[in-house]
Amino acid sequence: MNSSTAVTWDEFMEGVWRQNPVFVMVLGMCPTLAVTVSVVNALSMGVSTMLVLIASCGLVSMMRNITPKEVRIAVYIVIIATFVTVVDYAIQAISLTLYDALGAFIQLIVVNCIILGRAEAHAAKNPPLPAMINAAGMGVGFTIGLLALGTVREILGAGTLFGAALFGAQFQPWVIMVLPPGGFFVLGAWLLLFSWIARRKLRKQRGAPLEATQNA
Amino acid sequence: MTKNDNPPGPLSTKGGDNGSAAGAASGFVAGPALGRPGGGAASAKAEDGARVIPIAVVQPAVVSPTSPTAAMIRTLGLVSAICGLIIVGAYQGTYDAVAANKRIATERAVFKVIPAAQSIAEYVALPGGGIAPRVGAGDTAPGGVKFFAAYDAGGKLAGIAAEGGAKGYADTVRIMFGYSPDCQCVVGIGVVAMRETPGIGDKIITDKNFLANFNALDVKLKADLSALANEVKAVKHGAKINPWQIDAIAGATITSRAVGKAINDSAQVLLPRLVPNLDKLRSKS
Repeated sequence: MNSSTAVTWDEFMEGVWRQNPVFVMVLGMCPTLAVTVSVVNALSMGVSTMLVLIASCGLVSMMRNITPKEVRIAVYIVIIATFVTVVDYAIQAISLTLYDALGAFIQLIVVNCIILGRAEAHAAKNPPLPAMINAAGMGVGFTIGLLALGTVREILGAGTLFGAALFGAQFQPWVIMVLPPGGFFVLGAWLLLFSWIARRKLRKQRGAPLEATQNA
Repeated sequence: MTKNDNPPGPLSTKGGDNGSAAGAASGFVAGPALGRPGGGAASAKAEDGARVIPIAVVQPAVVSPTSPTAAMIRTLGLVSAICGLIIVGAYQGTYDAVAANKRIATERAVFKVIPAAQSIAEYVALPGGGIAPRVGAGDTAPGGVKFFAAYDAGGKLAGIAAEGGAKGYADTVRIMFGYSPDCQCVVGIGVVAMRETPGIGDKIITDKNFLANFNALDVKLKADLSALANEVKAVKHGAKINPWQIDAIAGATITSRAVGKAINDSAQVLLPRLVPNLDKLRSKS
């Protein structure tokens, strides 16, 4: 930890790319599949999760030295639930339409394994600043994941982007894409793409045949 | 940790770990006096040791277990206090905006089903018949039905709006419908909440032919004002013959039926209480 800018950038990029919660760790699938029927939903869900993640990781990290390990999970959950409640009120204040669209998934951020995972694995062991930067990276990574799904599903399933029609009136939407099966199809396609890129990169680095990097 | 019945002499691979830790501890605390051999358990030894050795040596092992309870209570108390403050702050900070949003959403729904409306007043139709203005934002009295009286720019009663709900395909479909006292019919509907299948069930919002059902849906009361003269009902697409029937959307029959049932259930309760009191609403403002 000598060069602070390099470390924090690394800290940030970890969640965005190397340990992307959606594409690499495959965490938080419940909101990922459920709310990504449109870009707006995906974006607001991602941003809400990110705000909860940053705030709760910051507080968990500040309290890390006075939190006995026996009650740490209880402390994390109380802290996370608090910020979820705050976000819940904030979304109601911003737009009730959005609040209805996201439904129970705002409250369910409490049990999103990404957040508890970050609190336990990173924030509890690091000072507030790196913890929050790492959380922001994870949040951005999660938002990118949701947006990747939401964009594809909204374009194919509704023929719109950010609610604006992309194609003419003769476009017949591919409705299954905004239904639950479409979520799985699109997620599967993205996972395929990501692991293909990752394996190609690894193969280039090692100059080895594909079989040798099977467990990448 | 407590493996008292381990054979003392030979160290298994697992016993090796215990043995080295306990061995180091026993050398420090109890010394050779107790002389529990090899794999002796640390906890059992500590109890034995407490009788023999000076307190000063035992203390470091005893102090650390006493504090956690206090620390746990302190930390949990602190966390709860901080979190409580944050939540109360957020609630207070957003209260006005949320209330305004909810009011706007309701007004928008009412204005949508009664386009001439300029202002609205909330009422409750009481279980025993009769109506009363609704005060406060709390829940309505049991058995009471909430409705809105909408007035046009001239202060004349433009119509009545009420909510209804019925089980649809995925979840309850909640709608707002506008009632016109002049023609005794439903003059418009709006969806308040639903989780119907996108692209199929949600056509009830957009399908023009379906919405045309609600230009003048007959909800006349019987002569004795006890119930609707004809039950409002959704019928199969293309089978509508009477003005109290709803022509269902092909492929979304369940959702269409839910809309019909929502209107029927709500109107059956509300209108018998409301119609005898219409003059009260007319004279208002």
